[in-house]
Amino acid sequence: MARHRNVRTTQYSDDEYYDDDDYSNSFEDDCISPSDAIYLINHKPKFDSDQEFTDAKVNSCLQRVTEVLGFEIPKDVLTGHLIRNEFNIDKTVDQILNSKSGDTKGKEYQGTEDNSSRPTVVIASSSKNKDSIVVGFGNTSISGSKNKNLTATPKQTPFSTPICSPAATPRNRSPQSTRVGSPRTDRKLNSPKNTKVKDDSGLSTSHHKDQLYLIIIGHVDAGKSTLMGHLLYKLGHVQQRTIQKYEHESKKLGKQSFVYAWVLDETTEERNRGITMDVGHLKFETKTKDVTLLDAPGHKDFIPNMITGASQADATILVVDATKGEFETGFDSGGQTREHALLIRSLGITQLGVAINKMDTVFWSEERFEEIKSKLGLFLKQAGYKESDVTFVPCSGLSGENLATKANESLLTQWYNGPCLMDVIDSFKPPERPISKPLRLCISDVYKSLGSGYSIVGRIETGQMRVGDKVLVQPQGEIAQIKSIEIDDLPQPIGLAGDFISVGLAGYDAQTIYSGCVLCDPSFPVPITSILEARVIVFNVDFPIVRGHQIVLHYQSSSESAVVSRLLAELNKSTGEVMKKNPRMIKKNTHALVKIQLSRPICVEVYSDIRQLGRIMLRSGGTTIAAGLVTKVNFNK
Amino acid sequence: MKLVHKDIEKDGKGVVVLIPEEAEDMWQAYNIIREGDRIRASTIRKVQNESSTGSSTSHRVRTTLTVNVESVDFDTQACLLRLKGRNIEENEYVKMGAYHTIDLELNRKFTLMKEEWDSIDLGRIEMATDPTQTADVAAVIMQEGLAHICLISGSRTIVRAKIDQNIPRKRKGDIKQHEKGILKFFDLVMQAILRHIRFDIVKCTIIASPGFVKDQFYEYIIQEAVKNDNKTILENKSKFITAHASSGFKHSLKEVLTNPSIASKLEDTKALSELKVLENFYKILQSESTRAFYGISHVEKANEALAIETLLITDSLFRSQNIAERKRYVKLVDSVKESGGDVKIFSSMHVTGEQLSQITGVAAILRFPMPELEDDEEEDDDSDECISLPQS
Repeated sequence: MARHRNVRTTQYSDDEYYDDDDYSNSFEDDCISPSDAIYLINHKPKFDSDQEFTDAKVNSCLQRVTEVLGFEIPKDVLTGHLIRNEFNIDKTVDQILNSKSGDTKGKEYQGTEDNSSRPTVVIASSSKNKDSIVVGFGNTSISGSKNKNLTATPKQTPFSTPICSPAATPRNRSPQSTRVGSPRTDRKLNSPKNTKVKDDSGLSTSHHKDQLYLIIIGHVDAGKSTLMGHLLYKLGHVQQRTIQKYEHESKKLGKQSFVYAWVLDETTEERNRGITMDVGHLKFETKTKDVTLLDAPGHKDFIPNMITGASQADATILVVDATKGEFETGFDSGGQTREHALLIRSLGITQLGVAINKMDTVFWSEERFEEIKSKLGLFLKQAGYKESDVTFVPCSGLSGENLATKANESLLTQWYNGPCLMDVIDSFKPPERPISKPLRLCISDVYKSLGSGYSIVGRIETGQMRVGDKVLVQPQGEIAQIKSIEIDDLPQPIGLAGDFISVGLAGYDAQTIYSGCVLCDPSFPVPITSILEARVIVFNVDFPIVRGHQIVLHYQSSSESAVVSRLLAELNKSTGEVMKKNPRMIKKNTHALVKIQLSRPICVEVYSDIRQLGRIMLRSGGTTIAAGLVTKVNFNK
Repeated sequence: MKLVHKDIEKDGKGVVVLIPEEAEDMWQAYNIIREGDRIRASTIRKVQNESSTGSSTSHRVRTTLTVNVESVDFDTQACLLRLKGRNIEENEYVKMGAYHTIDLELNRKFTLMKEEWDSIDLGRIEMATDPTQTADVAAVIMQEGLAHICLISGSRTIVRAKIDQNIPRKRKGDIKQHEKGILKFFDLVMQAILRHIRFDIVKCTIIASPGFVKDQFYEYIIQEAVKNDNKTILENKSKFITAHASSGFKHSLKEVLTNPSIASKLEDTKALSELKVLENFYKILQSESTRAFYGISHVEKANEALAIETLLITDSLFRSQNIAERKRYVKLVDSVKESGGDVKIFSSMHVTGEQLSQITGVAAILRFPMPELEDDEEEDDDSDECISLPQS
């Protein structure tokens, strides 16, 4: 990484020297086939420094192009394109994609690992050298033996690239500084609308935004869907016509106040009953972020669905109803405000915005706002949220006050001049995306896509995947190949940690895949286990947990029936020390170490290895009884 | 089950003749018959005859055999009880000491001889021959994409079908697949109901689920029945009741059975009374933990102090092949009864019994708190193995 930084800061003249140096490295490397080696040895004396420089440039550009396109197009074709376009990668890629001259012969790959991660973007071209280079690469034989490198090298790249700072995510680093062929650039290039060729690939990424997955939670009828529906409408993501149509239809059903909720609640069942049942997805943009909105159901019975959604989220907005009595019902035990907030926290989400909704019903009273703020603030603090991470915003979902723009309502502006909801969303920090870890994609849905076969949908928790990669489907334990990757219905060549993607698989019967399966790196398979040990935090439960407690274990986007098979120890809340071994039972609000036996094997990771897959929830009788972290999965029996 | 003849001597040795009348009775028989008992029943045996010329012919004959039971095998789904053992009464087809496996048949009497009939066995015979104990209820426990079809009878809960179907989630602009998936799932459940539930036997069919799946499903089957003119469903429309359950997994059945509106329909199935006791146990464990204990050593100590008010014990413990162990439990039950305590024997085939067997199979609610027991480290048996998973 440090080297990459150097590259960016070095002067042009240094660069030349650097290239030279690097080029000889790659030449000595084993990656080059004998025939190439001979060729290079024979020809090297003829190259003057200029030629070598251009050659290196071709290489580095090739790298980027191949990363964008996969390895389906022969190198000599690419080289031709590159030189014609004066090393402009964007142009080349566009051209190749447009011409579709994809020849699926084995693609030569000449770079070494060093080379592949070296970002040299130089647009100067020396036309003198063109001929010699074309000839040179034209002669290069395509050797089959090199295909081994093809599969190996792209995978090594992420592993060998450490993340430079914990706060940095792949998206907020510019491609020049880290990775060639940044996903952002690629996506822009591939999108059909964007046919205009940009001069510098760096420019196209200058206005890219961070990706943020945001889940909306809260008690049933707190107005989550309406709030978000209205926000989207205000942002212009919903057409006036659609809203008018909804208005008309909802009036017919006598549910006029649900107009905006219908933006997110789409199934007939949801609309007729006026409640959200499954998580709704929608996208919008803020000043600095691309936000994917996950609208969670608030009803108690649909908490499993809410957990599914929450496992994909990075930040959350908790919606509470300010109406007299309504906040209290939602907040008291039995209401979902508490349970949701606890669940979200135990899923590892720390950034929380609290939207105090329906403020219009209490006439924008500051007193009420402060009352809710103090009550909720205390609880959230106990639940483990940092005070600095929690923001309170008064708003109204139905009238649309203080959503996308600052409040106009005079009653509110008298005492409030804080941020509007949009600003709060904008201020969330996207979390670190562990792209350097082995691939883990948790499947949350399988559906029949238009046209060809089945698509599986899920979020890449760690690592990355490319079209053509081989992946292991667990717990089935079978290998499949990635046929296509789609993000927001647009085809992409690569998916990175944090992306919510849909994948087409080749050579695999997708019908045997169910939600809860994991796609992973074949060399680092995800463990499968039916017994696991976990450290759990017991919530406020009616019955103590005893051995043999039958539970539903929620993990990722799936759930499985399970039994608490042993109570190993009761732990000290703050220090984690063992207070009592083999306790008879675990009472409410305590920490404990338990062993859980599942009715069928699932894919989980030890929390310390891969956090995202190490979190579990225990539910029983319709309430969440505990949240836990997996501490051990391998029991050799 | 019909009791035809009973002859038990003072020392507990004796003979009982029973006629199983329905599948349920096989389960009762399974709980009574153990290794070492002798059984006489009508059975079919393949007999080989060798003629003087050396050619052999084989044919099947029905004969009555008496065997000394060496292994007892029960198939929960088909309700078949197979008893393997050595012949101890020679007849014209079968020699002494030859092995034979008897399949007990419905409506054919069998004679059971034991060296020692204890109180548990006799209690069970009494229970099994009580005709009021049978109540058949069907339950469909479902959530989106998962359904269990169960039959609940006096002492058993059997999962007849499990439907696990992947339903695409709702997606922006494409809700059709979700709705199609739901309909397909409903259709599968409905087919399973028609196949597995005999409406002439069951008193009612409970449809339970979280959310609105149950209502949606109920609407669906009625609609379908009207469309296809399905008489069985239309005639039994009144037998369907909907109830709330927190998930589609089998153990949610507990919640359904405690639902007061369902409870009144079930009247007095064993499952229900068991459930009440178990719930009580958990409540006391939470509020007054020194009055509720589980595990044989704790319970025995409590019994020594004559502290047991209610003893909860699963019948699987009495099926133990280890005679000494069985005696230990029988002794416990007898002594609790003697001291005026209440004994509830849970059926391991119900969800409640399953749960009880998870906490070692024996638990007790005490008359008074015994904090001294709490300090006693329970001999922790690394008994992950003995914990059996709920059958499903």
